[in-house]
Amino acid sequence: MKQESTQVLYGLYNDEEVLLHAVKKAKEDHLDIMDVYSPFPVHGLDNILGLTESRIHIAGFIYGLIGCLSAFLFMTWVFTRDWPIIFGGKPYFSALAFIPITFEVTVLFASVGMVVTFYTICGMGPGVDNPTLDDRITDDKFCIAFDVDNADESKQAALRQFLTDTGAEEVNVKSI
Amino acid sequence: MSAPISAIREPLITGSKTYHTITEDICGPTERTPTTAWVIAFIVAVTGLALYVFSVTWTIWVGIGSWNLNRTINWGWDITNFVWWVGIGHAGTLISAILLLFRQKWRTGVNRAAEAMTIFAVMCAGQFPLIHMGRLWLGFFIFPYPNTRGPLWVNFNSPLLWDVFAISTYFTVSLLFWYTGLVPDFATVRDRAKGLRRKIYSYVSFGWTGSAKHWQRWEALSLVLAGLATPLVLSVHTIVSFDFATSVIPGWHTTIFPPYFVAGAIFSGFAMVQTLMIMTRKVLKLEDYITLEHIDSMNKVILATGSIVGVAYLTELFIAWYSGYIYEQFAFYNRVMGPYFWSYIGMMGCNVISPQIFWSKKMRRSILVTFFMSIFINIGMWFERFVIIASTLARDYLPSSWSYYSPSWVEVCLFIGTLGLFSTLYLVFMRVAPVVAVAEIKGILKTGGDQYVGPNIKHDNAHKESTQH
Repeated sequence: MKQESTQVLYGLYNDEEVLLHAVKKAKEDHLDIMDVYSPFPVHGLDNILGLTESRIHIAGFIYGLIGCLSAFLFMTWVFTRDWPIIFGGKPYFSALAFIPITFEVTVLFASVGMVVTFYTICGMGPGVDNPTLDDRITDDKFCIAFDVDNADESKQAALRQFLTDTGAEEVNVKSI
Repeated sequence: MSAPISAIREPLITGSKTYHTITEDICGPTERTPTTAWVIAFIVAVTGLALYVFSVTWTIWVGIGSWNLNRTINWGWDITNFVWWVGIGHAGTLISAILLLFRQKWRTGVNRAAEAMTIFAVMCAGQFPLIHMGRLWLGFFIFPYPNTRGPLWVNFNSPLLWDVFAISTYFTVSLLFWYTGLVPDFATVRDRAKGLRRKIYSYVSFGWTGSAKHWQRWEALSLVLAGLATPLVLSVHTIVSFDFATSVIPGWHTTIFPPYFVAGAIFSGFAMVQTLMIMTRKVLKLEDYITLEHIDSMNKVILATGSIVGVAYLTELFIAWYSGYIYEQFAFYNRVMGPYFWSYIGMMGCNVISPQIFWSKKMRRSILVTFFMSIFINIGMWFERFVIIASTLARDYLPSSWSYYSPSWVEVCLFIGTLGLFSTLYLVFMRVAPVVAVAEIKGILKTGGDQYVGPNIKHDNAHKESTQH
């Protein structure tokens, strides 16, 4: 979700293996890849691109912990402080009976929290319309994009050459 | 999760598909005018839905007295239907979550539709406890909200309240999991569409671009959600079984209930998945994605869970005898020989005896046999819940209050109505969303496509060094 438009030079590849080799080559040549787009998750791509592992599971753990504690402590508070009632001669603090709800609320908090976090950090949500480079990227094309806003003619030509050399079927410029 | 699948496995995608033909095949049906078969099915389904609306209105207008429940048998078709529908839902989560953790690649062909089935089945299930309350407009009393009566809280020690939490959590988590999987595929549909269609799919695809970082997060999220959904799905039917098992009614008060209910749930759910998949693959011409291999795999799960259920039935009988406790013994004698003996026969016949046919590979791979078996199993599992609920309640401790129950027309219409509700939702889903997970199928093409693996392997693809790992 960029405010101003960016000039993007991108190449479309037909196969994920060609794409992986191209990304590897770009890294060796120290080219600054803006982003890589693909119709499905390409395995090994995140390592080659040097993406750090997603920390979304850590967030999930924290949300789960919040859910777990709030459910358990709330039930404890209700049955020991706020309105103690004896059910079937059991103690007010009958921790075992709190387990099912504690578990469910833990899962609920972790899942909802993680999903909301995922869409937020990806800049996605209902009705959000992020610009896309090519309609075929969600179909059968794999795309390497370079930011060429501040690149001069020769730099652009070199990038074009790189894309064609590594097997890109099409090379285009688009401002998004 | 990409070790090449075993050489003895058959290809999971046939017809030498390319990435583009996959998109065409799966997104195509959402773009064409509905077929006559779909329109007829939809009219039937909506008629069922209308019947549902009518019988719910009738129940609320006249009151629960319009059902044939009585003092002795106070749970009948309503709770039977509730447990049946929840059970059906379980297969979707099993396919999408547990098989994801076990890295079973065949799940990709069926997971989308199975998850949709889960969500719709849980929606149908949720209706029954709500209507059963009688005064539907006070339904929010089941949630612990700060109220002006004290506040007076709900009973957190009650299995019925655990159920409220379990079912609502299950519904929410399944919906989120399913929708997150749908987002990239909605983006595929969006990028093929024009005009208003494009606007609508653009709205529901949340601005998906297919960026590498997004895919990485998406996979991480899917894996953790699967990890959460796995214990969740086991907990849901465990808690449903607690509704019975924590009571002191002979025949209900047994420790075998949780595993036995979970196995039964998976069993009936897979049967429903088979029923739907056999029709879906035929109508939408998806035989290349939902292959005989998929049907075979699911029939193996049906055979395994059906046998677990069978062992559970026999264990119950044995333990009832072995306990030496006359009330328990009578409860089970009554189940087999009592006034509802016919439902016990239906249950045993459909759930235990008939699935044994699947020991034969030929039967497992026969579409016709599978289809009829899936219907049998759904009937059998409905009988199981009816046996547990009605036959147990009909003969309680006090012979003077023994009773017999058969449903009123309202209860029958409610059940048929939920089938209408379910079918309507499923048919709409078939029209508007890709019924097979497009992105996930593309991800397994090179390890599951028939031009890469199996007997029809093409030589230009053989011995190709794969960068997948």
